[in-house]
Parts: sequence; C-alpha cells; structure tokens
Amino acid sequence: MIRFENVQKRYPGGREALAGVSFELGRGELAFLTGPSGAGKSTLLKLVALIERPTRGTVLVNGQNTTRLTRRRIPKYRQRIGVVFQDHKLLYDRSVFDNVAVPLVIAGMTPREIGKRVRAALDQVGLLDRESHRPITLSTGEQQRVGIARAVAGRPDVLIADEPTGNLDPELSLEIMRLFVRFHEVGVTLLIATHDLDLVAQLGQRRIQLVGGRLAGDSGA
Amino acid sequence: MIARWFRLHAQSLTGAFGRLGSTLLGALLNILVVAIALALPAAMQVLLINLGSMAPAFEDAADFTVYLGLTVDEDRGRDLAQAIGARPDVESARFISNIEGLAELKAGSGFGDALDSLTENPLPHVVKVRPLPATIERLDALAAELDALDSVDFVQLDRQWIERLQAILALGGRMTDVVTILLAAGVLLVIGNTIRLEINNRRTEIEVLKLVGATDGFIRRPFLYTGFCLGLLGALAAVLLIEVGLLLLAGPARDLAALYATDFAVTGLELRGIGILLGGGALLGWLGAWLAAARHLRAIEPV
Repeated sequence: MIRFENVQKRYPGGREALAGVSFELGRGELAFLTGPSGAGKSTLLKLVALIERPTRGTVLVNGQNTTRLTRRRIPKYRQRIGVVFQDHKLLYDRSVFDNVAVPLVIAGMTPREIGKRVRAALDQVGLLDRESHRPITLSTGEQQRVGIARAVAGRPDVLIADEPTGNLDPELSLEIMRLFVRFHEVGVTLLIATHDLDLVAQLGQRRIQLVGGRLAGDSGA
Repeated sequence: MIARWFRLHAQSLTGAFGRLGSTLLGALLNILVVAIALALPAAMQVLLINLGSMAPAFEDAADFTVYLGLTVDEDRGRDLAQAIGARPDVESARFISNIEGLAELKAGSGFGDALDSLTENPLPHVVKVRPLPATIERLDALAAELDALDSVDFVQLDRQWIERLQAILALGGRMTDVVTILLAAGVLLVIGNTIRLEINNRRTEIEVLKLVGATDGFIRRPFLYTGFCLGLLGALAAVLLIEVGLLLLAGPARDLAALYATDFAVTGLELRGIGILLGGGALLGWLGAWLAAARHLRAIEPV
C-alpha cells in the first residue's frame, strides 16, 4: 500500500531529514513509526500526504507513484488519504458534525450520504452525542477523536497519523491507540508516528524505527 | 453530476452570505464604498441623458432670423415672408417690421430713452423662420438658400447654443467614460482587497481544506460568491442612492421646467439602467474576487 524506495529528503538549507529510507506497508497493515524527535517521522508522513516531495527516491501509495503527481491532481489524491494531526486541525467555527463532513462535502456526496457517513464515523469514535457541539467545548482527547472521525469518514485507502497522542495523558493515549487498532482490525491501512515507546510496546504491533533520518529497525519486515 | 454541482454552489452561496453577515459593519462599509463608486458614473450618465432630452424641449432652437436689406421696404418684406412660409421645408415664417422691432427693443432692453432720441429707425425688417424638423445639413442648406436671396442681408441661426450643448454633452459623455473606467477599477481593487483580507483571515481553514483534498475551485468558490454578493449589494445600494437623489431633484426640476414653459420631467435610471448597474456591479465583484483568489490562494499550502 505504501512503499518507500531509497527515499531521501533534504530541506532547503541542507538539513537532511531522511537519508535513503526503504520499507513497505501492505494493504490492511498497521505500523507504528517510532524514533526520537527530529528522526524524520513527520517528514516521512508529509511525503505520504504530498505536503512535501522527496529529494530523491520514490514513494508509491496504492500503486501510484506520487513523485509523478502534478499539483492539479494532488486534491484527488489527498481525498484517498486520511490524515490525523497532533494539533487536530479542526475548524473551530463549525460544529463537530460539519468538521467530520468536510471531506465528504469536498467529495460532493449527497446530504443523505454525508449524514449517514458522519454519524457512522462519530459512532466509531464514541462521539455520536456531540455532533452539534463546537469543537472548542470538547476536551483535547475528544477533539482528537473528532479529527480521527474526519480522517476515516471518507473511508480512505490509508490513514496516517502524526503524534496523535502527543498532547494526551497515558490513559487517553491508550484509548486513542486502541481506536486505531480497531480500524486496523476492520482492514484499514494505518501508519502512525509516535515517540511513545511504552505505548507501542503495549499494543504489540509492527514497529518501524527511524533514527537520524535512517531506518534503524523494522519489526515486521 | 449536475445535482452535485448545484449542491456545492448552494453551499458556497449560503456560506458567502453567512460570511458577509458575520462582520456586519465591515460588510456595510464595503457595500457603501462600492455603492458610491458605482453611483457616481451612473449619476453622470443619468444627468447626460436628462440634458440631452432637454434640447428638443426648446423648439425654437432651430429657428432662423432672416435680416432683410435696409433698402427693402415693408411690402416686399411681407411678400418675401409669405414666399418663404410657402416653402415645403418651412413650417412658418413671420414678418416683423422695423417698427415692431424697435418697439420690442424699447420694451425689452431698457434703452427706451436713448432709442427715442433717434430721428430714424436704424433697424431692418426681419423674417422669423421656423423650419420643419430636419437634419443639421438640411437646415444649413436652407439657411444658405435664404442667405442667397437678393433682398436678404444675412441669416442668423438661433441653434448655435444647441450645438454648444451637444458639444458639451459629447465632452460630458467622454468624461463619464473615463470616470466609469477609473471607478470600475476602484471597485475591482476594493473588492479584491476585501477578499484578500478574507483569505488571510481564513488561512488555517484553507490549509485544512487543502489537506483533506479540496480542489482550488472548491476553495475559491465561496470567495467568488462573497465578491459577487458584495458587488451586487453595492450596485443595489447605488440604485437606491441615485433614485433618492432624483427624487430630491424632481421638485426643483419641475419648477425650472415651468419657468421655461416646457413639460420637461427628470428621467430616472429606468429598467435597462438598473439592469446594467446590477449586472456590472455583480460582474466586477466576481472578477475582483477571482483576481484576488487566483493570486493569494495558491500561496497558502499546508505545512
């Protein structure tokens, strides 16, 4: 589903975030991307979401070579990728329902279909009773779950998450991670970056380890 | 597919109205600026149309005054007046003897005493000619023909002022064009700037939308509707401004027309003018928003 082939990413100014990274994540697989801060986890996910482009090497997602995608075709590509952010990136002037509905509206679905999918997604994250609330009235953990609902509402091919538990206490973190594992169990492909090694150990899933922009270990390879 | 298109546009439109409403005072100010910028050239246009329509109200504008030679006596003058009056291109010709002319002059000029001291009447006989309506060239030809007659000293055209008025109207028309272009550019800039600020205010939202796969068209659409609504509402306010202004002018204009004994009445924008103003305003708003969006939306990329 996601394949990195000898990917290098050098930022303007010379800092090398990734140096020759290769790995493959199969369809329906779940992997945690671990490593200390600055190891290149965020950069790797940004390459998947086409927020950044690799300096060298190829990134294949769902059989598609992302390095060949033109700017015009990025929106369509991103509609197939669900992204969860550490800072949620919610729209605070809209209700929880509207936030989750955004990718579905963009995809041009009918209001009926949108309503159905939004409620299904909110149900999965346990926030069905909060659909008319404003995100600001929710706790951080709940806001993160809204972000996850938004990411899965469009039933994407791949779900990527960058430090989704970065701001949460251990209990909430575990809850969020269990949510991801549940998605994995119903067949979603997930790549989750986190520096919380204890949490990853608890869940016992595949672990891809980055150190200084290089692959330092892959428990599932 | 079409249903989807309408749905997306309806969402954008309601969003645009919501957005206009969310900063009511700012939106009102913007609308007022647009309204004034649109009302000015439109008002000039209305003024020109009214001045132009005033010209035919003065029917004697095309009259000739034919001055006869001093040696021509009254009988010959009356015969001549009759002959001119019988021409197919002349509506009427009225003979005014030098005695009548002097009496008129005494009554009208205030030189009564000075004129009394004259031993001899210095005035020639005159024929007032009112031609049938015709083109300027035909009137000129008629005047030349009359001028060529033996007993005629010279012909004075009373329509000089109408030519001047027409020249002034032409100049006014050109000025209106220039003002229209300048203010249209002004409207474009005002709305473009409003949209630019709006885009900056919604920067995070635009980033999020781009992250979840929104196309440029999807992100641009609500801004285009905002511009469209601003332009349209501005034009609507401009129509209102002009109509109120004309209402204020209608009374005095009627009084003035009564003094000139014409039935001149102020002409308003009329349906066509209103249509042009509303359409132009909406188009300018849309275009201004499009230009701003094209320039500024591209610069916002998620990081």
